[in-house]
Amino acid sequence: MNNSSSSKKHSPDQPETSGPTFKSQRTKMDTEKKILNKKLKDVEISCPIVYGSMAFWLGKKASEYQSHKWTVYVRGAMNEDLGVVVKRVVFQLHSSFNSPTRVLESPPFEVSEAGWGEFEIAITLYFHSDVCDKPVNLYHHLKLYPEDESGPMSTKKPVVMETYDEIVFPEPSEGFLARVQNHPAVTLPRLPIGFTLPPPVPVEDASRRKRGDTKDHPLSQWFMNFSEADELLQLAAARQQVQAHIAKLKRQISVIDGPHQQLKSISDQ
Amino acid sequence: MDAKDILGLPKNSLPIPQEKKSRPPKDSQRKPDGISREVYALTGGLAPLMPAIDSSQLKKQPPKDEKITWQWLPFTNSARKDTLQLYHWVRVVNGVPPTGDYSFAKYNKSVDIVKYTDEEYEKYLNDPGWTKEETDQLFDLCQRFDLRFIVIADRFSSSRTVEELKDRYYSVCRAIVVARAPALGDISGNPLVKEPYNVSQEIERKRALSMVLSQTKHQERKDAEVLAEAKRITESRMAAKVAEESELPVPSNAGPESAERASFPGDTVSPSSNVQLPSATIASSALTADNASTLASLRMLRVYLRTYALDQMVQAASSSAGLRTIKRVEQTLQELGVNLKPRVPTKSVCAEHLELRKEILTLLNLQKQLQYKEAEGSSFRDCSYADTPSTPKDRTFVPDMSFGGERVGKRDQKRKAPGRLSEAPSSPAQSKRPRKLKASDL
Repeated sequence: MNNSSSSKKHSPDQPETSGPTFKSQRTKMDTEKKILNKKLKDVEISCPIVYGSMAFWLGKKASEYQSHKWTVYVRGAMNEDLGVVVKRVVFQLHSSFNSPTRVLESPPFEVSEAGWGEFEIAITLYFHSDVCDKPVNLYHHLKLYPEDESGPMSTKKPVVMETYDEIVFPEPSEGFLARVQNHPAVTLPRLPIGFTLPPPVPVEDASRRKRGDTKDHPLSQWFMNFSEADELLQLAAARQQVQAHIAKLKRQISVIDGPHQQLKSISDQ
Repeated sequence: MDAKDILGLPKNSLPIPQEKKSRPPKDSQRKPDGISREVYALTGGLAPLMPAIDSSQLKKQPPKDEKITWQWLPFTNSARKDTLQLYHWVRVVNGVPPTGDYSFAKYNKSVDIVKYTDEEYEKYLNDPGWTKEETDQLFDLCQRFDLRFIVIADRFSSSRTVEELKDRYYSVCRAIVVARAPALGDISGNPLVKEPYNVSQEIERKRALSMVLSQTKHQERKDAEVLAEAKRITESRMAAKVAEESELPVPSNAGPESAERASFPGDTVSPSSNVQLPSATIASSALTADNASTLASLRMLRVYLRTYALDQMVQAASSSAGLRTIKRVEQTLQELGVNLKPRVPTKSVCAEHLELRKEILTLLNLQKQLQYKEAEGSSFRDCSYADTPSTPKDRTFVPDMSFGGERVGKRDQKRKAPGRLSEAPSSPAQSKRPRKLKASDL
């Protein structure tokens, strides 16, 4: 299943070659391209992300039109670098802002502004060509004021609103898989038996690559923690309760049906 | 009033007592003349929007210039064929008796019966089963009795059935119409031509009607049962077909599904154990059909969000549940302390969440079942077959196969419908305990 649309060089991570080996390298690249463009079924790549906003009240420095300074962002759920998957993020701000369409071509994907009002921000994620050619839309309501309205507003503590979600690629291309197979930003399921990946592409020079992860982000102390363990626990407990209730009801129903069942067994003979 | 507030004007307090005073005199003024107050109150005390009768007419005096006398005068009726003269009272105005025909003559309507000549009879209307005399007599009776075939059949000399008479009459009319029409196109709209009388169909129809009318209650119930069973079987076949048609590589389901489908053909004349399977497959195949098709559509997308996928799956799972049920599921989730939308929607969390929702649906279903059963138990001692099938949604969400199957099996065991189980053991049991139909048996 060749993806004919992406016929250009698919990955910036490919090592540069030079000189006499060029020709043979090129034919090798062609066949590699074909292999890497192949789509894989039954392998689902998911990329957990967190998107949201953080708003600081400006306190004394607040003016009528700029009472808060806020940042809206998209980050990896564990603060990894989303740049392997996401090529570009477009934040669509309220039309009252200057050039409300903010395009971020590289991580960290965030926009910082100052303002007074809350509004919905449309975030569009564009992926690399070997990942997916369709963008994904997210919507986030910018929150400036804390839940507890009577509480004091502090310039030190921001109002944080984050949402966890996962981007799922149900049929990723081999090239994509090869590129990210060991990257912390994505989650791979266990690969099916007999599945062989082309050898992982060598990682580019650390010095050349700009740090795209948010582990040391200045605001990282405020990032919310999303642990699935709590939720799983909660769900498991709930399921147990429901199952117990179901068993009880079934017993009750069979008690009522008891006499009829007896008759049935008589006629069965 | 707010405007006055804003303007700072004092509120006008006078109108209130004034209104009260003015109302009683106004009330008596509104009563119209000509009708007494009590009679008027019968209408509710209010004037109708459109007065039905002009009340002034009721007490009208006849015009003074007319002199009215009543006279015993003879009259003739144009509807009569003879010249009989009868007498009646006539209202004479100023010495001038009223003119015009007898007022009831216009009600003497009759049907236009086709009249054929002897020639036409020879040419078109000859029929081996009918002599000319009989046909003539038939038409004469039709004319006399305005096509009331029951009466005509009774009066007819030889004993012919109503259908035979009708058949002869309509075919003669049709032949005449066709023969007399200048072109076939002119009469193609004529109902006689378009839809000719079909004797055998009519006989059959009347027979069926009389059968239905004369059915005993017992027979009625049995018929309803058979229909219910047939409907259930077609539904289960449809569900299996749907599951078959969703061509998804869902390996875990493909195996049992095909095995269960193989048992389908054998279910028409089958012992109860086999019949248990179809209901189980209804449950599983309907569910998996829903899930499978949602999974398929998700796969079609190159990329999607986990939350979106969960939404789709939840919708698919509750597709056959009503809005109220969905609300109850959400309520239960809240009571259990679970977020309606998971806060950390990872793959496993979403899967657990979906399973929980499904289990809650099962729970609600079972609760409803229990309620029905308890209601049944209190009103009727003997429970019986279901006549009305429960809606497919109830059956779909009974994942415990054996339980659902049991109920089905039980029903089938007891049935004595033609062409189905006729096992000896079941009949004595049936005759022992006459079972009443219960609409909510499931």
